[in-house]
Amino acid sequence: MVAILIVAGALVAGGGCGSGDGDVATVTVFAAASLADAFADVEQAFEAAHPGVSIALNFAGSSSLREQILQGAPADVFASANEANMAQLVAAGVADAPQVFATNRLEIAVPVGNPAGVGGLADFADEDLVLGLCAPEVPCGELSRQVLTAAGLTPAPDTEEPDVRALLTKVEAGELDAAIVYVTDVLAAGGDVEGIEIASAADVVTRYPIATVGGAGADDVSALFVAFVLGGEGQAILRARGFAGP
Amino acid sequence: MTDGSRRTRPPRVLLPFAAVGLAFLVAPLLALAQRAPWSNLGTLVTAPVVTDALRLSVVSAVAATGLSLLFGVPLAWVLARTAFPGRSLVRALVTLPMVLPPVVGGAALLFAFGRRGVVGGPLYDRTDFVLPFSIWGVIAANTFVAMPFLVLTVESGLRSGDDRFEDAAATLGASRWTIFRRITLPNAAPAIVAGAVLCWARALGEFGATVTFAGNLQGRTQTMPLAVFLALESDREAAIALSLVLIAVSLAVLVPLRDRWLR
Repeated sequence: MVAILIVAGALVAGGGCGSGDGDVATVTVFAAASLADAFADVEQAFEAAHPGVSIALNFAGSSSLREQILQGAPADVFASANEANMAQLVAAGVADAPQVFATNRLEIAVPVGNPAGVGGLADFADEDLVLGLCAPEVPCGELSRQVLTAAGLTPAPDTEEPDVRALLTKVEAGELDAAIVYVTDVLAAGGDVEGIEIASAADVVTRYPIATVGGAGADDVSALFVAFVLGGEGQAILRARGFAGP
Repeated sequence: MTDGSRRTRPPRVLLPFAAVGLAFLVAPLLALAQRAPWSNLGTLVTAPVVTDALRLSVVSAVAATGLSLLFGVPLAWVLARTAFPGRSLVRALVTLPMVLPPVVGGAALLFAFGRRGVVGGPLYDRTDFVLPFSIWGVIAANTFVAMPFLVLTVESGLRSGDDRFEDAAATLGASRWTIFRRITLPNAAPAIVAGAVLCWARALGEFGATVTFAGNLQGRTQTMPLAVFLALESDREAAIALSLVLIAVSLAVLVPLRDRWLR
C-alpha cells in the first residue's frame, strides 16, 4: 500500500517536472467550451510564433471557469462566452481590463435531411415536435429566449440542456427535431447537422471578452497571448471557425 | 456477519489511517455545510424546482433499484454459481458501466435506445414510444449506471456464502427454484441489501448519463443533480442548499439501513 503511494507520488511529481524545466514559460488559458476548436488553432499558431512560450488550455462552461478562478485556480488568461461572467471577475478584482475579441450568433440546427421539416423559428412553439434549447441559466439559453421572445413565441422545449455541445449531440443523433445553437457549433459539427439561419438573430449576439488574470504586466507573456488573439492572425483563425469580429 | 460480541479493539497502527480516510471524506461535506445559506434555506428548498427535482430523483432511483434487483440478482447468481466459457468477459462487461464516463454511457444509451437507435428505432416505428426526454429515460440511465454496483456486491456475497445448505437441500429433493428461494436468497440477503443501497445511492446522484440520454426539463426529467448543476451556473447558494437536501435525504435512508442490515 505504502509502495503504491510512493510510486504514485513519484509519477505525479515526475509528470509535473516536464513543464517546469528549461526556460519555457507557460500561459494557462481558461476558455469557454465553445472556443475549444478555435483556441486549439490559436494555440498552435501562437506557439509557432513564440517558441519560448507554451500554452495550456482549460475548457469548460464560462460559469464553471469563473467559479474556479474565483476559488483561486491558477489561470493566467480568461476568455468567457459572455460578459456577465467576466464582469464578476472584474468586480472581484481578479481580471484586468477585458476586451471583446469575438461575437457569436444563434442558428437552428436540424438533423441531416431535416426529417421533421422544420422551417424556422416559429416551429419552436410546436408541441408536437421534439425540440431542444439550452437551459436559461447558461448564455446560449438566455440568448435563445431573447430571440424567441422578440419573435413573440412561447417555446415548447422537450429538453433544456446545460451546455450547447450536449444539445448539439442530441441533434446529431436525430433525437431532437430541432435545437437553437450557435452558428459556430453548426460549423464545428461538419456535415452531421444542417443549419437554418434565424434572420432576427443577427441583432442578438453574444460577446466574448478576454482578459489577463491577476495583474499581468503589459510585457508579460499572458498579455502577449491576449494581444495575439485580438491581432490579425488570431482574428483570422476565429473567423475561419465561424465567429464574427468584435 | 460480525455480531456485537466479536467486536474488538483495532490494531493501533490502523487508527491513524482510518482517521485520515474519514477526514478526507467528511471535510468537503463540512465545508459545504459551512458555506450553506442557513438563514434562507427554508425558502430555497421549498421552491417548485426543488420539490419537482426531489420527487423525480427519489422515484427514478427507487425504480432503478427495483429493476436492478429484478435483473441484477439473477445475473449475479449466474456469474457466481455457474461456469461457462467467457464468464470473466461477461463479468468485465457488467463492470464496464462503472468505468465508462457517465456522459459516454448516456451517448451509448442514445445510440441503442434513442429514436434512431439500434433497439429504440424499431420500437419507435412500431409503437411511437421513445425513452429519451421522459421519466422512463431517466430510469433507464439510472439503471444502466447503478445496476453493476448491485450485481458485483451480490455476486461477491454469493461466492463467500456457504453453499453446503444448498447441497443438503438438493439431496433432500428440493427443486432448484425452491433452493434459490428458500436458501440462496435468505443467505444472500445482507449482500442484496448492501447492493441495493449502493445501487440506490449511485442512482440518486446520477448526472452525466441522465442528462445525455434523458435531457433536462423541470418536472419531467430534471433530477436533483441536474438542478444542482444548473443552479451552480446562476446561484451558488441555491446550489449548495439543493446539495444539502440531497445529502439529508440520503442520510435519512442510509443511516437506518446501515444499522439494521449492514452491521
